[in-house]
Amino acid sequence: MKAIIISALAATIPFAAASGAASAQDLRIGLASEPTSADPHFHALAPNFALAKHVFEPLVGMDESQKLIPNLARSWKTLDDLTWEFKLQPNATFSNGQKVTPRDVIYTYCRLPFVEGSPANLAFTLKNVVSIEGKGDDTVIIKTSAPAPLLPNNLASPGIISADVFGGGKNIKFKVGGCEDFGNNPKPVEFNDPAKAIGSGPYKFVEFTRGAQIVLERNDNYWGEKPIWKKVTMKPLTNSGARVAGLLAGDVDIIETPSIQDFDRIKGAGFQIAQALSNRVIYIQLDQFNDPNWKSPGIKGTDKNPLLDKRVRQAMTMAINRQGIVERIMGGVAAPAGELLPWPMFGSTKDFPIPKYDPDAAKKLLADAGYPNGFEITLGTPNDRYINDEKVAQAVAQMWTRIGVKTNVDAMTASTFFTRRTKFEFSAFLAGWGSGTGEISDSLLSLSVSLTPSKGIGTTNRSRYSNPKVDELVLKAIETIDDKTRESLLQQASKLVADDVGIVPLHFEVTPWAFKKGLGYKARADQYTLAMSVTQGPSN
Amino acid sequence: MLVYLIRRLSQAALVVAVMGTIVFLSMYAIGNPIDLLAAQDASDAEKAELARQLGLDRPIWEQFLIFAGNAMRGDLGKSFVYNEPTLRLILQRLPATLELALTALVFSVALGIPLGVYAGLKPDSWMSRTIMSGSILGFSLPNFWIGLMLILFFAVELKWLPASGRGETVDLLGVPVSFLTWDGLRHLFLPALTLSLYKAALVVRLARAGTREVVMQDYVRFARAKGLSYRRIVLVHVVKNMMIPVVTVLGLEFGSMIAFAVVTETVFAYPGMGKLLIDSINRLDRPVIVAYLMFTVLLFVIINLIVDLIYAAIDPRVRLVEAKG
Repeated sequence: MKAIIISALAATIPFAAASGAASAQDLRIGLASEPTSADPHFHALAPNFALAKHVFEPLVGMDESQKLIPNLARSWKTLDDLTWEFKLQPNATFSNGQKVTPRDVIYTYCRLPFVEGSPANLAFTLKNVVSIEGKGDDTVIIKTSAPAPLLPNNLASPGIISADVFGGGKNIKFKVGGCEDFGNNPKPVEFNDPAKAIGSGPYKFVEFTRGAQIVLERNDNYWGEKPIWKKVTMKPLTNSGARVAGLLAGDVDIIETPSIQDFDRIKGAGFQIAQALSNRVIYIQLDQFNDPNWKSPGIKGTDKNPLLDKRVRQAMTMAINRQGIVERIMGGVAAPAGELLPWPMFGSTKDFPIPKYDPDAAKKLLADAGYPNGFEITLGTPNDRYINDEKVAQAVAQMWTRIGVKTNVDAMTASTFFTRRTKFEFSAFLAGWGSGTGEISDSLLSLSVSLTPSKGIGTTNRSRYSNPKVDELVLKAIETIDDKTRESLLQQASKLVADDVGIVPLHFEVTPWAFKKGLGYKARADQYTLAMSVTQGPSN
Repeated sequence: MLVYLIRRLSQAALVVAVMGTIVFLSMYAIGNPIDLLAAQDASDAEKAELARQLGLDRPIWEQFLIFAGNAMRGDLGKSFVYNEPTLRLILQRLPATLELALTALVFSVALGIPLGVYAGLKPDSWMSRTIMSGSILGFSLPNFWIGLMLILFFAVELKWLPASGRGETVDLLGVPVSFLTWDGLRHLFLPALTLSLYKAALVVRLARAGTREVVMQDYVRFARAKGLSYRRIVLVHVVKNMMIPVVTVLGLEFGSMIAFAVVTETVFAYPGMGKLLIDSINRLDRPVIVAYLMFTVLLFVIINLIVDLIYAAIDPRVRLVEAKG
């Protein structure tokens, strides 16, 4: 036993000494939340997507503001309303040197609905897709059952894996509900093995130790522009205090989302902060279920549901001092919102009006609607999901109380909150929504379109706000290929929702990153931390 | 002894069974994991399909029977989030936590016993008074605060030690351990110290009380009269005898250090079992939470048993009583 320990010691000393000092080509990242798997298709979750982008490239890329850019596909276009043609990069190879072919693309897409034990798979990215075929060695033709203008946006998520490495069928053929000659379907844990986790991305896996660290190494065979960092270590530091301490102590070089309260300290210690307006809006939904048998659960002081009256909703949105919330509660690290996505993202409108703060006018509107003495309402909110979520809810409650709508805040942990929201237990609740596609269609389709379980739309519209005109515009937009027409339809829909006060947008979150001097970060709207976007020397 | 062991084991089994039931059922009071697991825009049909896959669509008694049946066979289910056996997830984190707890145990004994014995031998000296007031601090300062202060001082200001995480590991008999590398030791020092301070204070108090009691005993006076050296009296006769209560308490405290190093592990982002528990609670990963608590129950039962056995080994009187009983 003693001999083993001594020899182990002897073996490790030079190794340990070498690992002590980080070389100039190393980058260490402190993650706020850990990817749940190394498998790029296991879980539709932001940290998983961000990690996958280093190793497994998708067909379509997204830049910092979620604008589509070529990745494994160098170009794409529609041949007709139902047919898309993607041209692959002629020189793209996997890290083992093999060329990326249409077969790999088909193999990947065939796997999406059938990832073993996946809590939320990526099959949604292939909505309406009926066939995928390879043409030659650099063309993929995708056919859909209805026009799918968002297909390229969706295909920016699933990273392409190698059919040869995992034993995909030689003559694989895409079929909805299960492909022909699919071959082997790898288990998610197999991706923990660096020898198998082969993608075409700028980095390769070296180690994936859950809870401790993820180590990536530059792919020196990368077909595109090689990144500057040779070795990237990601450490999950989920506690914000531990993350900031890790940065200040020099354990890591860059961290995700330091808390706003720590900004002064971070800057004071000579570190830097980069920020980007995110695609996430913080909003309040007000129960608008128009059903004679429905008694809104959180309202007291009146028999009817006052929220069904547009004047009441207007009063409640006008009562909120958005600028005040942004400045005092969010420390300036947020932007007031009038719609669901910030300009210039697709479908948003430049200078979209932000509801004016006017408590006197709000009181008058309430009186006009027949509530001169107001009423009582409970505002539900998570207290550990969004930046300062409970504090924002408290502020809104005070503002509403000021115009006579006596508001109680019911704050709870996110898991309980989401469960109760799904069961319609709130008359008013605060929550957030990030648009995964970078288009407002995503937000409108989930939050503002009438809740229709049979069609899978309006799934998060737990206020049950319903305006057939909005439904029509949005549903038409998501089947309109032409960008200009689609954007205009979405803008009209967004304006209608705002006019109805169908939802009460509060602010857009700003995502901060903090890093040591001498680095720069191209801050991203999708909140991903990508080693490829960390520069030496200030960016901008 | 055998009868005693059997009686103890059947008691333990009962405790485990009752705890399992309580833990499993209480998990159902705190929200539906589907709402956290599914993608934010998942439709109701997709959520229903996910619930079916995870077996959450069945009535609760059926879920419980399946769980209980599997648990009998040592299968505590698969994590909702990672889709891996929960026991494996916990065992993967076990070496890190064990290492932390053991180091903390060593620290608390190394700090606590000499100080406590000294304070017991010379109760009125100013050093002893300082030690005793110091131990009050060790008791009363909250763990997370000590951790934060240590980080602030040693990591952020002086930059001597890292603030977070676990260091370089090497395989020792197939188990990854970090106490054999310099980097690993550097990472281990602050969290272990944080975890050990409370226990060290406890040991100081126990050791002092024990020492004071033992030095009054006849056999110590006899040893002195026999002309044994002071060194021998203290090291052999005093320390050995006052260790009995210390061992009992430390055994139990060791269990709590393993099971509830949660706060320390969170503050130091140390990848142990405690952090797994917190992450799983945040994600409502029921099987992991249940498995963790079951594991903890088992751990305590076993430690209690071992403490009893060691106790018997140190104190001949216990042995005699057991032999008679």
